[in-house]
Amino acid sequence: MVPVNYYIILSAILFTLGALGVLVRRNPLIMFMSIELMLNAANLAMVAFSSVNHSFSGQIFVFFVIAVAAAEVAVGLALIVQIFKSKHTINVDDVNSLKG
Amino acid sequence: MPQPQDYQTLLPVIVLAVWACALLLLDSFLIQRKGLTACLAAAGLAITLGLTLSQIGRSSSGFSGMVVLDGFSTFINALQLVSGLLGVALAYAYVKRMGIERGEYYTLLLFSVVGMMLMAQATDLIVVFIALEMLSIPLYVLAAFNRTQAASEEAGLKYFLLGAFSTGFLVYGITLVYGATASTNLSAIFAAASSTSNLLLTIGAALILVGFGFKVAVVPFHMWTPDVYQGAPTAVTGFMSSGAKIAGFAALLRVFATAFPAIAADMTDILWALAAVTMILGNLVAISQTDIKRMLAYSSIAHAGYILMAFVPYGNPAVAPVSIAAGLFYLAAYVITNFGAWGVVIALEQPDGKGLQISDYSGLFWRKRGLAVAMTVFMLSLIGFPPTIGMVGKFYLFRAIIDGGFTGLAIIGVIASLVSAFYYLRVVVNMFMREGEQKIEREFWLDLTWGAAAFLTVAISLAPGWLFYLASAAGLR
Repeated sequence: MVPVNYYIILSAILFTLGALGVLVRRNPLIMFMSIELMLNAANLAMVAFSSVNHSFSGQIFVFFVIAVAAAEVAVGLALIVQIFKSKHTINVDDVNSLKG
Repeated sequence: MPQPQDYQTLLPVIVLAVWACALLLLDSFLIQRKGLTACLAAAGLAITLGLTLSQIGRSSSGFSGMVVLDGFSTFINALQLVSGLLGVALAYAYVKRMGIERGEYYTLLLFSVVGMMLMAQATDLIVVFIALEMLSIPLYVLAAFNRTQAASEEAGLKYFLLGAFSTGFLVYGITLVYGATASTNLSAIFAAASSTSNLLLTIGAALILVGFGFKVAVVPFHMWTPDVYQGAPTAVTGFMSSGAKIAGFAALLRVFATAFPAIAADMTDILWALAAVTMILGNLVAISQTDIKRMLAYSSIAHAGYILMAFVPYGNPAVAPVSIAAGLFYLAAYVITNFGAWGVVIALEQPDGKGLQISDYSGLFWRKRGLAVAMTVFMLSLIGFPPTIGMVGKFYLFRAIIDGGFTGLAIIGVIASLVSAFYYLRVVVNMFMREGEQKIEREFWLDLTWGAAAFLTVAISLAPGWLFYLASAAGLR
């Protein structure tokens, strides 16, 4: 059996990669995929903890995170499509009329 | 199986959620009568407010301890519902004028209020997460509601990306707390945390703080705020700046006061630093703004700092009740003043996007006295100048903080308020002492909103005792 620490370390690495991806990439689709990576890193750790702790609430939480992530995808993609329609680009550096 | 008591605990939330679903269906039959949708949404909020008020003094817990009904949740929910009603009042004529009158506006607003109310009642991190998303996702859509305008789209995208990013931190924080304590229930976390102290729990709590920090716009998690507040339709901004802040602070307080008193020693220093930086930065950057929406956005960041100040001594049982009561009072004061100020902004905004510069307020007093006097009252209240509710709120807040032994923080707060006088008074000076022309929109509900807000801002400051009593009764024990 794989020790639980390995899962946690993997999930921490994935979470860091996701967070860096959001900060570094300029395409909202990729940024959004990085956010999904962060959420799924948390899911992985949650399931690992759930099996160590012998408690089910972690696994239930994972289901809710997946469902909510799907709802966020629906809203996020709609926003991105709408911006593409009006600007013909989705690079976030080109979507910066608001500043001050 | 759920018992009747479970449903009773959550009754207002359930009623509002069902009402919102029914309204969504009904709205598709009201083709040319979106005003009726607004009235029905307001009726739903009013009925829920009645139910919430009828629950005063009751306390119970439901759904295996996942949600709770107590004085704190009743106070916060009543505040949320009032801000929902004011949000509908601000939007009613505004969406017509801007050509974005669609029925979903009100339904989304109702769903957002449902999430906000659930947030105050949640006693399990799973429910906290779901409630946070229920309030955020409709707000992402509302921010982008004026989708033919590039600014609104941009605001929606920025709010969405940074909001989802912060959700990632919140979820990871919840995961680490669960790993450290083997539970997601707040009181079970408290029980497990008091016996063991470990690093995992502290990191988890800090990540949860990051997640909420984004929602309530605390420096350094505030980058989205000015852009989103400026780009979103003004009626949405008014609602969002109050509602999301109340909900974020309610959840922050509930989670930290119930689950994390054991690590208060670490958290107090972090909260101290966040509050200080937020007050300083919010007020300093606001000085250089020329757009009234951006200025109010930085003002809202600064006020998040003041409110956060009240939470700094949350782990000290001798001080916490008073400082939390002061924080809740300040939150209520901020909501009233803030809605009034946004109401005035809406009254001057033109469909082509003009009328939003601070210079556009020049000579307002000579065109429309009532509006200028009301705006003066709101600006004075945001500074904390008598005789306004903002002054009373700041008085309670600074007194509680000094009693708690955080004199340094109180001094920073007072200096920050003095700095803030500069940019708030600039609006007042423009209105009274400069020449200018502007077109002013007169609409009954809008006039009622800013008029009532101005009246309450002054009236409550003359007899603030009852509101402070309610806030004290609502404190978490």
